[in-house]
Amino acid sequence: MIKSKTIGSRIFTVVNTLILAILALSCLYPLWYTFCLSVSAKEAVDAGMVVMTPIGFNLSSYSMIMKDSEFFSSVWVSVQRVVLGTVISMVVMILIAYPLSKTNKEFKIRNVCMWVLIFTMLFSGGTIPWFMTVKYYGLIDSIWALILSGSLPVFNVILIISFFRQLPKDLEEAAVVDGAGPWRILWGIIVPCSVPVLATVVLFVSVGHWNEYLQGLLFMNTPEKYPLQTYIKQIVVKISPDVSYTTEQYQELLKNSNKALDAAKVFISMIPMLLVYPFIQRYFVTGITLGAVKG
Amino acid sequence: MKDSNSNTEKIRKHRKPIPVQVHYMLMVIPGFVWLILFSIVPMVGIVMAFQNFSPSKGWFGSEWVGWENFEYLWRLGDTRQVLANTLIIASGKIVLNLLVPIIFAVLLNEVRNVKFKKTVQTIVYLPHFISWVILASIMSNIFGYTGVVNLILGWFGVEPSVIMGNADTFRQLLIGTDVWKEFGYGAVIYLAALTGIDPNLYEAAAIDGAGRWKSIRHITLPSLIPTIVLMGTLSLGNILNGGFDQVFNMYNASVFSTADIIDTWVYRIGLVNMQYSLASCAGLLKSVVSLIMISASYLLARKFADYRIF
Repeated sequence: MIKSKTIGSRIFTVVNTLILAILALSCLYPLWYTFCLSVSAKEAVDAGMVVMTPIGFNLSSYSMIMKDSEFFSSVWVSVQRVVLGTVISMVVMILIAYPLSKTNKEFKIRNVCMWVLIFTMLFSGGTIPWFMTVKYYGLIDSIWALILSGSLPVFNVILIISFFRQLPKDLEEAAVVDGAGPWRILWGIIVPCSVPVLATVVLFVSVGHWNEYLQGLLFMNTPEKYPLQTYIKQIVVKISPDVSYTTEQYQELLKNSNKALDAAKVFISMIPMLLVYPFIQRYFVTGITLGAVKG
Repeated sequence: MKDSNSNTEKIRKHRKPIPVQVHYMLMVIPGFVWLILFSIVPMVGIVMAFQNFSPSKGWFGSEWVGWENFEYLWRLGDTRQVLANTLIIASGKIVLNLLVPIIFAVLLNEVRNVKFKKTVQTIVYLPHFISWVILASIMSNIFGYTGVVNLILGWFGVEPSVIMGNADTFRQLLIGTDVWKEFGYGAVIYLAALTGIDPNLYEAAAIDGAGRWKSIRHITLPSLIPTIVLMGTLSLGNILNGGFDQVFNMYNASVFSTADIIDTWVYRIGLVNMQYSLASCAGLLKSVVSLIMISASYLLARKFADYRIF
C-alpha cells in the first residue's frame, strides 16, 4: 500500500511490531508458564524459580495423573456433556431457526416467537429460581442437568437465523418445485449451505460446554460426577472464598499443595481447546461479524 | 408399522397435504419446550423474592411477605458496597474493552507483513476460549506469592506479597486481566470493518504527503466510527455485569470489600447461606435493571447505527 520510507514511518513500524509481538507473547506466556510448571521439579516450583523454562525437567506430575481415577472420570463427564450437549443443541437450534428465518407471512407466528426468544435472552429469573427449578425437576446428580439446564442458547439461534435469511431464495424455490417438503429443504439444502455459521456455533456451544463449571458445582453432589472444569475449580483454586488468610497461612497452604501437579491438570484441560482451535478459528470470524455488523 | 405408514401416505395423497405452517410449528416445538422448562419456568420462581421461601414448601406454599425482602435489602450495609463494586468494575471493563481492541485493531492494520499479522491474530484470540476456572488458576500462579510477578518485582527491591489478596488493587487486577483475555477477540469486529476500507484511499493520502499518523487519523479511525458507536451503545447493557465467572474464580475473602459484585454476592447469600428469598430479590433487581439497560442500548443502537438484532 504505502511505500513512504521516512524515518518516522520506519520507527513506527519497529515500535508497532514490537508492541504487537509483546501483546501476542503475553497471550501465550501463561500457557507456556503453566506447561513449564507442570514438567518442573516440585521444589523448583514451590521456590518460585520457574520463569521461562522448566527447571528439573520431569514427567512425574503426568504419571501421577495417569493413576488419578477422579481426574479421568471428570474428563469422561466433560466429554459426554460436550458431545451430547452440542448435538442436542445443534439439532434443536437448526430446527427452530429455520421457520424463524421466514417472514411473518410465511410463518404466521414468527414475530411472536421472536419476541419470546428475545425476551428470554434479555431477562432471566436469576440464579436462585433457576437453581430451584433444576432441583425440582429432580436433575441433581444427573448428567442431563449439565446438558439441559443452560436452556436454549438464544444468541446462537439468532446467528443461525441471520445466516439462513441471507441464503438466496432461489435455492428453496427450486426445491419446492421439485416437490421437497420443509424438512427435506432444511436438512438437504439449507444446512449444507450454512457450514460457516454452523461451524461457528458448534465451536461456541462446545467450548461453552467444555468450559462450564458452575452447573457441575451446583447440581452434582458426588465428585465423580463433576465435569473437568468443576473438578479443577475444586482442586486448584485453593484460596477458599470463605476463609481469609494471612501471608504466613498462605505460605503454609502452598507448602502442602502440589502446584506442579495442578499445573499439569490445568494444562491437560486446555489441550482439546488448543488442538481444535486452529481448525475452527477461520470460521468464527465469519460468525461474530455476522452477528454484529449487519444491515 | 411400514404398512400403516404407506397407508397414511396414500390417504395423504388423496387428501390435502399437511400445510407448511404445521411443519414449521413442529420445528419450533423442541426449542420452545427447552426454553419453557429452563428459562420461562425459572421466571415463575421470581415469586421467591416476595416470599419467605422455604424449599420444602415450594413456590406455591411459602409464606408471602410482600416487599419485606426488598426493604431489608435496602437497609443492609452490604448492598451499597456490592453495587458500588459492580458499577466500578463493570464500567472499567466497558471503557477499556471498547478502547483497547480499537487501538489493537488499528495497530494491527498497519502491519504489512501478512504472515506476522495472521500469527498475531491467531494467538490473541486464544485467551477468549479458555475458561476463567483455568485462567484463575494460572493467574494465582503468576500473581502468587512465589509467582513470576513477585519474582520480577523482587529485582526492583519490592517485597513479595499476596497480590491477589490485596483489596486496594484487586479491581484493577480484575479489569486488567479481563481486558487481556478479551481484547483480541473484541478486535475481530473492528478488523472486519477495516478490511472494507478502499486501499486507494491510503494511496491517495500517501501521494498527498500524508504520513502514517495522518492516514490513521483521517482514514482508519473515521471508517471505524459506525462500528465503535454500535459496540459502545451495546456495551451499556453490561453496566451491572461485573463478570461472575471471573470474579467468582479469582476472588477470596480478603478482597470481598472491593471485589464482591452483585452476582457473587447473590451466589454466596443464596446458595452458600441459603437465604433464598433475599438472594432472589437482589437477583431480580439486577435482572430488571439489566433488562431496561439492554433494551435502551438496543433502541439507541437501532436509532443511531441502524442495528437490528433480528
